Amino acid sequence: MNNPTRNIRRSFSSVWIRCVGGVVAGMVAWMIMAAPLTAQIALRADTVHTMTGDPIINGVVLIEGSTIADVGPADAVTIPEGATVYEGTVITPGLVDPRGTVGLSGIYNVDSDQDQLDTTAPMQPELRAIDAYNPQEELVAFLRDQGITTVHTGHGPGALISGQTATFKTTGETVDDASLSDISALSMTLGPAATQRFSSPGTRAKGAAMLRDMFLQAERYRDTPEDERERNLSMEVLVQVLDGEIPAFIQAHRSHDIMTALRIADEFGFNLVLEGAAEAYLVTEEIAEAGISVVLHPPKIRPFGAAENAQLTTAATLHEAGIPVAIQSGYEAYVPKTRVVLFEAGVAAANGLPHEAALASITRTAADIIGQSDVIGTLEPGKHGDVVLYNGNPFEYVTSACTVVIEGEVVKEDGCP
Amino acid sequence: MLSNQIRQALLIAVGVLGLWAADTAHAQDDPHVFRGATIYTMSGDAIDSGALVIQNGEILDVGPAGAVDVPSGAVEVDASGQVIMPGLIDTHSHIGGVSGGDGSSPLHPGVRTIDGINVRNSGIMRARAGGITAVNVLSGSGHLMSGQTTHLKLRDGSTIDDLLLCYEDSDICGGMKMANGTTPQRDSGPFPGTRAKSAAEARALFLEAEAYRDQLNSDDPPDRDLGMEGLVEVLNGERIVHFHTHRHDDIMTALRLRDEFGFELVLHHVSEGWRVADEIAEAGVPASIITLDSPGGKHEAVNLYFRNGRVLDEAGVDVSYHTDDPITDSRLFLRSPAMGVRAGMDRTAALESVTIAGARQLGLEDRIGSLEPGKDADFILLSGDPLSTYTRVNETWVEGMRVFDRSNPDDNAFFTGGYRIFDGTMHHVHDINE
Repeated sequence: MNNPTRNIRRSFSSVWIRCVGGVVAGMVAWMIMAAPLTAQIALRADTVHTMTGDPIINGVVLIEGSTIADVGPADAVTIPEGATVYEGTVITPGLVDPRGTVGLSGIYNVDSDQDQLDTTAPMQPELRAIDAYNPQEELVAFLRDQGITTVHTGHGPGALISGQTATFKTTGETVDDASLSDISALSMTLGPAATQRFSSPGTRAKGAAMLRDMFLQAERYRDTPEDERERNLSMEVLVQVLDGEIPAFIQAHRSHDIMTALRIADEFGFNLVLEGAAEAYLVTEEIAEAGISVVLHPPKIRPFGAAENAQLTTAATLHEAGIPVAIQSGYEAYVPKTRVVLFEAGVAAANGLPHEAALASITRTAADIIGQSDVIGTLEPGKHGDVVLYNGNPFEYVTSACTVVIEGEVVKEDGCP
Repeated sequence: MLSNQIRQALLIAVGVLGLWAADTAHAQDDPHVFRGATIYTMSGDAIDSGALVIQNGEILDVGPAGAVDVPSGAVEVDASGQVIMPGLIDTHSHIGGVSGGDGSSPLHPGVRTIDGINVRNSGIMRARAGGITAVNVLSGSGHLMSGQTTHLKLRDGSTIDDLLLCYEDSDICGGMKMANGTTPQRDSGPFPGTRAKSAAEARALFLEAEAYRDQLNSDDPPDRDLGMEGLVEVLNGERIVHFHTHRHDDIMTALRLRDEFGFELVLHHVSEGWRVADEIAEAGVPASIITLDSPGGKHEAVNLYFRNGRVLDEAGVDVSYHTDDPITDSRLFLRSPAMGVRAGMDRTAALESVTIAGARQLGLEDRIGSLEPGKDADFILLSGDPLSTYTRVNETWVEGMRVFDRSNPDDNAFFTGGYRIFDGTMHHVHDINE
C-alpha cells in the first residue's frame, strides 16, 4: 500500500527534474500541506517553563505551522487574529522520553508484539529500530496522551549488543512519518541481563571480552580501505559508534558493571551514555570525572534483581554532582508495560531533584542526550511546535496534561476531567 | 468431633498467646495527645488543628483541639503543620515473601498463607514506610483458589503471631483467594484450559463443600478435611472471598458464582470494572482495584484506565485501592487513589478507598479504617496533603506504637532504598527488571 504522505515527500524532493505531471502533483501536495502549515495556535498559562531560563509568569507560546514562532510574557506576544487559543495553568515543552522500548514492545505483551530483543545472538548491532517500530502501537498513543511527544526507543536491554535505537515523534502513521532520527544509538547491556539468555557470554568477564573483541574487529574494518572489504552491516554500525556519530547506550545497574562500561568506552574512545545505573550513587565521582551523561532508571523501578539497590534519591545525587541526568521509561517485562517519564520525574522531584532539573530531565537534558537539542526540548522560536498544557504542577499526581501539541498539530485537546 | 474440639482449643490458645505477646510488646500505658494537625478521621469532615488522643493502643478521643477529653498526664505531641489520617489499609498485597498453593492442583482451599509469610521480609518495612498499618496478604493468582489469605497488622513483631489480625473472638485471620480469567489457566497438568472449565471446577468444589457442611450438621460428621473446613467458613460468610478478576465477563462470572453459593465477595483488580460498573453496584459487591502506570502488559489489562475508580465510585460501588505489592510499591500507596483523583474521582472517596473502604472489604471496619474513639490507634502523620506527590509519611503508628519514623535514618532507608537495604525477595513477578 502506498502511503500518500510518503509520495508527497518524494515528489517534493525531485520536483525540478520531474515531468509536468510531477510538478502538478507536487503543487497539489503543496496545497494540501499548506493548510496546516499556516495554522496558528496560541497557548497561554500562568507559568511557562521554556527550559531556557526562569519560567515566564503568565506566558504565551505561539505556534505557526509546525514550529514555535514566539514565546514570552502575555503582554509581549501578539496573538494573531484567528489563532486557536488554549489556556491552562502550566506549559512545558513536549516531553522527551530519552530511552524506552515502546513501539517495539507492545501493549499485549505476547510474542507477536514484542520486538525489543532478539535472542539468537548476543551481539547484533545490525538490527535497526526502524524495521520494528510500530507508530500505531496503542502504548505510543497512551504516552502521547500523558504529554510525551518524543520517544528515543528501540532495542532493549538483555543482550551485549541488542541492536539500534531511533527517535520518533509520538504521531505518524508510518515509521517515516514518525522518525526524527533513524538511528540514534547502539543499545548495549552489561551485567546479569546480558548473560542469562545465551550460552555465551555466561559471565561478566566473558561479556566484556566479547565486546572488546567486537570493537577491535570494528577498528580493523574501519581501517580497511572500502574497496578491500565487503560491506558488513554490523561493522558499519560499530564504526559509526567508533567515529562518534552515534553514542553507545549501555545499560548497567551494578556499580562494577558501570565501571566496566566506563573502562570499555575509555579504551575505544566512543561516546557513552549510561542507562539504568541503579547503583550510580556508589560511583558518582567516577561518572562525573568521565564526563558522561546518565539516562537513569525510572525512580519507581522495583528494587529487585540487578536494581535491588536502587535509591529514590539517585537523580538528585547525580544532579548535585553536576552529571547531566535524564529519566527513562526503560523496559518493562510485565505490568505496567511502559513507565511514563512524567510520573517518574515527579517522583524524582519529590525526592530531592529540584523542580527545574526534574523538568529538564524529561525535556532539555533528555533532548541533549539523544542529540536532538537543536529541534526539541525547549520552547524557543524555530524549534518544533511541541507543547504541553497542564491543569496544575505537572508533577502532582492529581494534575495532568490537558492539551498536547506536536509540530503544530493538536493531538490531545482539553482532555482533563 | 473430638479432634475438632482440640483444634479449636489449640487455635484459640494460639490466638490468645499471640494477642498477649503483641500486647506486652506494644504496651503503652501513657496517654498521648497529638495536637495541631489537620485530621482526616474518615468518619466525618476533616478537622483543622485537631487533637487525637490515644492510650493502650486505642483511640480515646479525636476532634477539634478544644473539644476533646485529654487525660491528665498525657504526653503532648506537637503535630502542627502535619496531616493525620488513619493508617492505610492495603486489601491486596504480596509482601512477606508469601506463598500459597503449588502446581499440584488449581484448588488449594486448605493452604494457609499464614504458613508461608516471613514477617522479617523487608517488604513489611516498605509497607510501614508507605503508611500501611493493615494488609491483606494473598497468595498468587495462578490458581483458581490459591489459598487462605492472611490479615496482618504491621506491628513491630518478630513472628507471624505478633502481626496477625484476626476477627474478634475468632481464629479466622483472613479470607480466601480465588482467581479467574487467563492467569489460572495453563496448557497442561491439572489446571483448567478455558474460562468455562475454570468456573465448572470452582462450582464443583463449592458443591462438595456444601455437602461437607451439611454432613457436619448431621449425625454422621465427616472426617476432618482442611480444604473443606476453609470452604465451610466461606459458605458461612465467615471468610471473605477475594477474587482476582480483570475482564468484564470474568467479573460477571465471579458475581454469578457468588449468587449461586452465597459467599461474601470482594472483586480484585477489576480492570474492566468500568464496563460493568452498574452491574457490580447492583450486586452490592465491593471492588478492590489497582492503579497501573500504563495499560497492558497482559491481555486482560489492556483496558485498565485511571478512570476506573471514578466510574465505579460514581456507580455506587464501594471502591478500595490496593498495591498488589510488588506490582505497585507499598511505599507509594497513596499515589494510587491520587491517580484516581487525577481522572476525576471524588477526593473523599479516594481517601476512603485506602482507609475505611479497605476496612469494610476485610470485614474489620469496627476496628480499623477511621479515627474514632474505641478503634485501634492506627494512624499516620504526613508532611502535607495525602494526595500530593511531594507528601511523605513522617510517622506510622500501629496500636499506639510508632513503627516507622522518617527522622530515623535506619527507618527512612526503607523508604528511599539504597545499598543492601532490601532483601531482594520481591519474587512474585519474574524478570521484572533486566
